Amino acid sequence: MAELRLKSSRFRAEREADWLKLEKLLTRAETRSASALSDDELIALPVLYRSALSSLSVARATSLDGNLVDYLESLSARAYFFVYGTRTSLVGRIGRFFAHDWPAAARSTWRETLVCAALMLMGIVLAYVMVNQDPAWFQSFVPGQLVEGRGPDASTEQLRQTLFDTHHQNTAQAMLPAFATFLFTNNAGVGLMAFALGFAFGLPTAILEFYNGCTLGAFLAVFISHGLGYEAGGWLMIHGVTELTATVLAGAAGMKIGWAVAFPGDRTRLDAAAAEGRKAATLMAGVLVMLFCAGILEGIGRQMIQDTVVRYAIAATTGVFWLVYLYAPRRAPKAMEGGRG
Amino acid sequence: MAKAKTAASPKPAKPPATLERELITPEGVDLRLRLAEASERASAFLLDAAIIVGVLVAMTIVMLLALLATKGHGGSAIAVLWLFGSFVLRNLYFILFELTPKAATPGKRILGLRVAARNGGRLTADAIFGRNAMRELEVFLPLSFLFAHAQDIDAVIALAGAAWCAVFVFFPLFNRDRLRVGDLVAGTWVVKTPKLKLLRDMASRPDDTRGLVFSAAQLDAYGVKELQVLEQVLRRYDAKVVAAVAARIRGKIGWTASDGEGDGDFLDAYYRALRGRLEGRLLFGRRRKDKHDQG
Repeated sequence: MAELRLKSSRFRAEREADWLKLEKLLTRAETRSASALSDDELIALPVLYRSALSSLSVARATSLDGNLVDYLESLSARAYFFVYGTRTSLVGRIGRFFAHDWPAAARSTWRETLVCAALMLMGIVLAYVMVNQDPAWFQSFVPGQLVEGRGPDASTEQLRQTLFDTHHQNTAQAMLPAFATFLFTNNAGVGLMAFALGFAFGLPTAILEFYNGCTLGAFLAVFISHGLGYEAGGWLMIHGVTELTATVLAGAAGMKIGWAVAFPGDRTRLDAAAAEGRKAATLMAGVLVMLFCAGILEGIGRQMIQDTVVRYAIAATTGVFWLVYLYAPRRAPKAMEGGRG
Repeated sequence: MAKAKTAASPKPAKPPATLERELITPEGVDLRLRLAEASERASAFLLDAAIIVGVLVAMTIVMLLALLATKGHGGSAIAVLWLFGSFVLRNLYFILFELTPKAATPGKRILGLRVAARNGGRLTADAIFGRNAMRELEVFLPLSFLFAHAQDIDAVIALAGAAWCAVFVFFPLFNRDRLRVGDLVAGTWVVKTPKLKLLRDMASRPDDTRGLVFSAAQLDAYGVKELQVLEQVLRRYDAKVVAAVAARIRGKIGWTASDGEGDGDFLDAYYRALRGRLEGRLLFGRRRKDKHDQG
């Protein structure tokens, strides 16, 4: 290559093949996945990445070819994201999430969880007492679309019918799965909102939890005043144990962020929000799973099982299950995912 | 692990006003990432939204056809599929695409963007989940609120909803890192990863202009900035521009064109000589930024 008089041109001619090879490997790995590369290629990639980085340093110091420097910058960045990017497979990640991450996230938010549970309980008690004293309060606690003939004016028989669906069972059963799915997507939306609102110092989340409790308390007051407290409990708890736990956890996740934003400690507000936000997001993923279970229990289980004792039994089982799964002590996971290259 | 400058010191300096950010790899090289412009973020989102709506419409049509084909018997199963499908589209579309090695939704891919962790570390699944869970608050909540109850809400509430929406939509414009609220909470940002092609080295053309020799004074007329403008002119090679630039340079360095000397050949030779000169000085640690840089 006698005609290349410039040092930078000679430098480029020497290294160019490696860059193009790296680019080809990256394009293949990005469009499909890392498994599209053979073992040899996987071993070669970090080496090529480092040689591209060193080329970039040299080029910045010695070459004034604008396109060359830009190209090496973009190539190195792409390779960097691949080499130091996510390593585990989707399946491995999901497994780790169920085995460790989710319960750990739940345990680390126990304080917020207790606060949210207390808020909801307060709501229940308050609304119960108020509706008991003056049924007119019912309207202000329960949104109209949820009433469906369960207001304080309804007769005991009407109320009983809402708990035990008997007369139009056939049509109802056909639509049960759809109903379950609808409930899941609906509740998931509410849960995500409780989480997302935590960002505003957790206040809207607290109000949401409290209000949720109020709705529940108002319902209970109506049913208990008609002597249907026991049955209503079964009707509610069969899915409610799962759903209310999920709502409380969603609120706790939101509050965790709100707390970090309000009291960041040594960190900056931004860093604190980011660190806690990631932990809280793990918990939220778990909440979605719980809401999915609750939707199935509510949509299918509650309509198929009309016996109150069985309903209570299922409620107790789910309660114990979540408690043990989330809070029972467990061994630490074997190792962190992958090395860091 | 790599560290971005903002995370390294306890009291970080204000991020620079430009969109270029330092990212030091573990090997100690600064990758100089460029953040995505707000306009690019918005376009990417609109593309994704269009894809989601398109798929939703297609799915609905297919489901309706299936309903007709089964004469209504499959109603329940179809309803489950539809509800579940729309849930996945709405909530998991962004998450699943950003979990792939490219860390970008189709909209972001088209615009050459990707999500990255702000501290330069690994982009984790919970960060992706967190930044997208926030979308519920930023986009879907106000939207569903405004559309679902459009007929029976009064103007004040509609206005409040619009203001709420605006706060989140314009949030990226009011911070230098172009973070939306979801990025803020998840510790992520969106960077450009354009796929550049390695173009020809303009100084490596077969040399048929060896006759042109420039003096040191003639080569000192310009700096790096002008050299790279000249590089682009040569790459594009628009005849009119080449002629104009050649005339300009000849005037500046006092060059008289010999017979049969083409504008392109002259620029080519001058580019090569200027680059050689500037690169030679670069090796001695002197980088002449532009023609005004006398140091």
